[in-house]
Amino acid sequence: MRGLLVTLQVSVLVLLIGTVIGIGGGLSLLYGSLPLRWFVRVYVDTIRGIPLLVLIFAIFYGLPALGLKVSALMAAVMALSIFCGAHVSEVIRGGVDSIPKGQTDAGKAIGLTFRQRLRYVIFPQAVGRILPPWVNTAVELVKASSLVSLVSVVDLMLAIQQIVGRTRQTLLLYAVAALLYFIINYAISMLGQRLEKRFAYT
Amino acid sequence: MYHFNWRPVFQNFDLLWQGLLLGIGIALLSLAIGAVLGLAGAFARVYGPRWARTFVAAYVEFVRNIPLLLIIYFVYFALPLIGLRVLDNLWSFVFALAIYSGAYLTETFRAGLQSIAKGYIEAGKAVGLTRAQVARYVTVPLMFRVVLPSLGNTLISLFKDTSLASAISVHELTYGAIQINVNTWRIIEVYTVVGLMYLVTCYSMAGLLRLLERRFAVVR
Repeated sequence: MRGLLVTLQVSVLVLLIGTVIGIGGGLSLLYGSLPLRWFVRVYVDTIRGIPLLVLIFAIFYGLPALGLKVSALMAAVMALSIFCGAHVSEVIRGGVDSIPKGQTDAGKAIGLTFRQRLRYVIFPQAVGRILPPWVNTAVELVKASSLVSLVSVVDLMLAIQQIVGRTRQTLLLYAVAALLYFIINYAISMLGQRLEKRFAYT
Repeated sequence: MYHFNWRPVFQNFDLLWQGLLLGIGIALLSLAIGAVLGLAGAFARVYGPRWARTFVAAYVEFVRNIPLLLIIYFVYFALPLIGLRVLDNLWSFVFALAIYSGAYLTETFRAGLQSIAKGYIEAGKAVGLTRAQVARYVTVPLMFRVVLPSLGNTLISLFKDTSLASAISVHELTYGAIQINVNTWRIIEVYTVVGLMYLVTCYSMAGLLRLLERRFAVVR
């Protein structure tokens, strides 16, 4: 079904964009200048303090009001990416924060530059701690993508509702939808567990 | 150029305020019902027979992997068709949110239960309490102190999830925002105010939670 494809596409796209934003945000929180940290902090706390639906509506209705005409899909992807970025920032910050300061100090002691420290000392150790929450965020994202049905983006949720409208097989179709979402998210969780095993050095 | 006009929002502020209170009420109620479900589920998973453990595990896994919106629609549109009393939209939502939170809380309580040192339970038995009494006077109070932070965070999460009630026309805060928007088209003003209302409420809840934690903190 096309709806399923839209859900998957939206989720993957948002995850990619959101992770990029999140890496930027997370590193800013950890290593940025004071004004940068303050700005990212406000961004993360604000986005995490409001419901996702409000964010989606605000962007979907608000952007055209400011003069920017975007399609429903683009508005939804933007809103979800902002949301995902905030979460990923926290995940990355938490992961890197949990690495003992001694590691960074040791890196500095043997003369590594900031870039080298990040690449050879911090990153390998942080990945193992970032991966589970990040996979969790991915699962949450697939579930959250169902909200785009409320701004008329035809994802799995809305497609199912349209079919229910045509055939009146409410119970069966919602059960099918539940099963599909479950399979997708369960698969993501399983993949996540496999990835975690690969990256577990510590 | 967009002309800011805040008056329509503040003229309809009572609509938003009532929606906010309703949202908080729904969150609390769903948390309470979900906590009952979660407690039962946790006890079933830790102390129950094999079939109960599998059943609860399946329930938790299933509910945690599907969107809340789907659960809401299922309860509101699909359940009445198989004879379950036709619940109105508010109670459908509370029920759906309770099912959703029950799954998460089962995991929270299970972790809490498993973190209680065996010594306490054995002490209870040594003093002569039956298994049920041990559960009631020893396990549950100890467990509540441990799970309090998670419980609070779940409440804040549930409060944010109440915004989905607008999808089935429950008159909570987001629905109020949509209504004002539809009538006056003051989009940015409405969503700024509503966003701030959500933010302030969430932060207040978090602050209250921290106060509670200080009062009931687990003695380690």
